[in-house]
Formats: sequence, C-alpha cells, structure tokens
Amino acid sequence: MAHSSHPHQPPRLKGEALHAGYDNRRVLDGVDIAIEEGKLTVLLGPNGSGKSTLLKTLARTLTPTGGNVYLDGKDIHRSKTREVAKRLGILPQGPVAPEGLSVKQLVGMGRFPHQGLWQKNAQQDADAIREAMAFTHVTEFADRYVDALSGGQRQRCWIAMVLAQQTDLILLDEPTTFLDLKVQVDLLELLSRLAHEKGRTLLLVLHDLNLAAAYADQLVMMCDGRIVTSGGPSEVFTTTNLNRVFDLDAHVIQDPESGSPICVPRKRRQAASEPGVVV
Amino acid sequence: MRADATLTLNSVINSDSHRLLRRLLILSFLLLASAGLSLCLGSFPTPPLQVLNTLAAPQSSDIAFIIWELRLPRIALAILVGAALAIAGAILQSIVRNPLASPDVIGITSGAALAAVVFLSLLSSTLSIHWLPVAAMLGALVSALLVVSLAWKSGISPSRMVLVGIGLAAAMGAGTTLLIVISDDSAAMTAYVWLTGSLYAAQWNDVWGLLPWLVVAVPISLLFARHADAMALGDSVAEGLGVAILRSRLVLLACSVALAGAAVAFAGGLSFVGLIAPHLAAKLVGRNLARLVPASALVGALIVLYADLLGRVAFLPKDLPAGIFVAGIGAPFFVYLLHKSRARF
Repeated sequence: MAHSSHPHQPPRLKGEALHAGYDNRRVLDGVDIAIEEGKLTVLLGPNGSGKSTLLKTLARTLTPTGGNVYLDGKDIHRSKTREVAKRLGILPQGPVAPEGLSVKQLVGMGRFPHQGLWQKNAQQDADAIREAMAFTHVTEFADRYVDALSGGQRQRCWIAMVLAQQTDLILLDEPTTFLDLKVQVDLLELLSRLAHEKGRTLLLVLHDLNLAAAYADQLVMMCDGRIVTSGGPSEVFTTTNLNRVFDLDAHVIQDPESGSPICVPRKRRQAASEPGVVV
Repeated sequence: MRADATLTLNSVINSDSHRLLRRLLILSFLLLASAGLSLCLGSFPTPPLQVLNTLAAPQSSDIAFIIWELRLPRIALAILVGAALAIAGAILQSIVRNPLASPDVIGITSGAALAAVVFLSLLSSTLSIHWLPVAAMLGALVSALLVVSLAWKSGISPSRMVLVGIGLAAAMGAGTTLLIVISDDSAAMTAYVWLTGSLYAAQWNDVWGLLPWLVVAVPISLLFARHADAMALGDSVAEGLGVAILRSRLVLLACSVALAGAAVAFAGGLSFVGLIAPHLAAKLVGRNLARLVPASALVGALIVLYADLLGRVAFLPKDLPAGIFVAGIGAPFFVYLLHKSRARF
C-alpha cells in the first residue's frame, strides 16, 4: 500500500515559483518547495505568512495565480481531481462533520476516489476502513456519531478518513489546533509513526513551535509569503531564525533527553530607568 | 481481538442494510395499502372487492369510469408529485448543507407560481388551460437559472444561493400577489387554488407528463448521491476526496430543479412536502443521500396521497386542495417531531 521510504527518493510533490492569493490579496510570493519522501515536514510561520495557502495550493484545492505544482511530474491543477485523490490526501483546517454521521460512515468517505460507478471492491474498502480506524484508535467509536465525540477523538476520526484514502502523500492543515497539549502530542506521535513506520510523506501546518521542533524531520519557515529557511530542526530552529521569522525574542536550548531544540521566550525586562521603579 | 472487531463491524454493516431494506419495504407496503384505500373512498364509496374486479377486468360502467379515469390518475399523480418534491428537497438539503432548504429556497416554487398566475390572469383567455403546466415549468426553470447565475461567483456558494433565492422569492411573491389582486375574481380564485396546491381533476395526461422527469432525474441523482455525501463534509474535504465540486453540484441542482419544477407544474404550490418529507425520511434511514432518495420519495408520496384523500372525502361534497392538509397537518406534525428530538437538531 504505502512505499517504504528510501533515503534519497526523489520528491513526488513539488511547487515551483508559486504565487497565490484570495480575491485581490496576494499571499504567496514566489515559493519553491519540494516535499521530502517518507518524512514529516512542518510548515511554520506567523499568522498570515502563507503556510495554509501554500498547503492548499500544493493540495490543488487552491489554484495558483502563477507557478505550478507537480505531483509525479504532472501539473496537479491540470490532473483529474479524482486521480490526484488516489495519491494525495488532504485534511483541511477545522472540518465539521454533518449531524448524525457515524464514525464508520465518515471513515468510509475516504474510499471515495477508489469507488467508481461500476468498480467497487467491497473487501478492499472494508480492509482500508478497518486498518485506518485501528491505526487511529477509533474502532471502539465506529457506530457513534462524530459530532458527539470530544475534539481529539473527532480529529482522529478525520485523520482515519484521510488514511482510508490510502495515499502516500498526506497534507494536514493545523490538525492540532484547539486541542489539549496531551491530545496534540498523541496526534503528532500518531502522524510521525505514519511517516516513519508506514513510509508515508506528511506535510503539516503547525502553530506550536516546540511541538514542531520536536516532531518534524524537516522544518519550513515562512514569512510574508516566502520561504525564509528550511532544513532539519537542529539546523534551522535557531535564535536568529526565530527572530527573523516570528520577530520573537527567544533563546533556544536542547532537550537533554531527545536532543531536539526548544525555544524559551525571553521575558522582557523592565527598563531600569523607568520612573517610579526603585532598584 | 482484531478478528472480533471485524466480525462486529461486518455484522453492523449487514444488519444496517437489512434494516434499511425492511424499512423501505414497510413504507412501500404502506403506500400500496394507502393507494388501495384511496381507490375505495370518495363521494361514491366502493367496496374493495368491486375495486379489484374493476381493476382486473375494465368494463364500461360508472364505477369503472370513477376508478380508472377519476381516482386512479389522481392517486398516481399524488404519488409522483409527492415523490418528486421530496427527492428534490432531499437533494437540495444535502447540497445546500442546510436543513431549511426546500424547493422554495432557490426560487423554484415562486417562479412557477408567478408564471402560473401570469398565465391564469393574462393568457388564459387566449391559450388552453393545458398549457398551464408548461408555463409553470418554464417559470421554475427561469427563476432557478436566475438564482444560480446571480449567486455565481467563480463557483456556487450554497449560502449565497440560499440568500439570493430567498430575496428573489420575495420579489416574485410580490409580483404574484399584485397580479392576483388586479385580476378578475374567477381568475384570482383559480390562481389561489393553484398556489395552495391541488390535484383536483388530475388526468392520465398529467401523470404521463410528470413521469419522464422522474425517470430521468432519479437515476442521475442516485449516481451522484455519493458526491453529495462527500460535499456534506465541506467543499475542501470533498475536493480532497476527488469530487469535481462544481460539476457535481450543478448536476444535482439540475435534478432537483427538474423534479420540483415538474411536480409544481402539475400540482401547484405543494412544495412544503419538499421540506418535511426528507426530514421524516432521514429519521428512518439517515442522511446518506442514496438511502434518503427512495425513503423520501415514499414518505413524500404518502404525505401527498393522504393530504389529497382528506381533501377529497373529509368535507364532502366539497373537494378541497391537498395543499391545505399538507401544510395544515404536516406542519404541526413536523414541529412535534422536531420538538420530540430537540437534541438532534
């Protein structure tokens, strides 16, 4: 089903000179990106930096005003959307399930691109659905309504839907936003297992800097619609880059246990000369 | 443990489709029995055995005329109209992603009504009444096209479509009222009965006029039902799953407009069925459109059949428009159901 990852497999998803935006607002301003195979790549950047726009453009749900996205060498915006859906799955930000939809039904929707009018492999569908539900630990909720679950459980169901699609490439837009820290960590563990054990290629937009640094194989830092820098967390997650990209005054230390970098914002000291303060 | 989970999952899926089949069969049986009941009742109540005899061996008697030329076409039309409106509503509710959507919302009913009233008050002296369904159908199509094109902005946004539809319906409603007020009494009366929705004097021609629309639109909407289910998850999720959003939405919309337009053309303003039948059906089979289409069709057919039966026999010798009972009994029942299951809405 999924390819096992080879160290230097050429990237299957690439964006070249991408310009994109909404109505009259330009958001992406000439982005070149290639997503590494079998890795978990995280897009980081302040609000409005264009990370979600880049993800949507790469997932073909937003058409760029300039530049091209290539999936396996073919222009993704000129490919049949159904053919793309067999190879690339996308989970947009904050999806809402309609009332009265069971978990099993939602996960089953992931089979859409594989079911034609006259072709339908019930066994393959059932296997994919069962596997996806088992991997995300939602099997026990199979018959419950999605809208009756907690935020974290619900997000696991949506991820199960994307997994049932059985694509090698999986793009997720802020999959952990509004969830408790523990739930965020569980989800990221699950997603990194997808990349490292199942050889899937993952691209995520995340908000939390330290979680991104802890779980990403590749970090892509964006600001003002451009990619400022990208690379492994230990290379690019630095005081200088955080300052450049986020305008954040922080120092970066190393987690003694895992070795991944952690940023600690510097508390602003009150100026000594401030009137009324006696030192 | 894994095999265990598979086993329960499979048995759930199987029992689920058995339950669906059983419910559809019960509804079909109910519909058949109700049609039989309706055939027996009227200003000349006919014993069931005599009805069966007449159906089996048509002869030229008064009873045969009543059964074959008065009651049967009217019952058939009631079933088709109810089914068409209910399916149209089910499709719309799913593509607009709004439980309040009905054929009224995208201007179908108000367009048909305006065209019908224009016909009745201005053209009926020059054209035969047989052209009324054609006029109404044209009105429905034109207003649906108008709503879609006004709401068009590099694609169709469901919420914009609903807002434009409500605005346009209000404007056309004003036009309809104006025409009724200024036209003479008999034309105004006919227009009023038409607006309420009636199956009075239904003929086989009406049945044959409506049937083709169902024969074409129902299979197409079933083919695209999966697309609608995916779109219910939101446009961006559906697109990610490989749905060609714009094409699927236009196809389904066209099916809904054709069904509702044709039904309204032959029976007038009964479109309330399009709002309530899908909700009632969803309680039995869920929101999955491929299941909802047959279930809504049966529920809608039952509603219109009984509304018309009541109109025919409850106030003899008066024959009242079915629309009165669809709204007068259907609406309170609908509100009661919503109240009973408040948590789910």
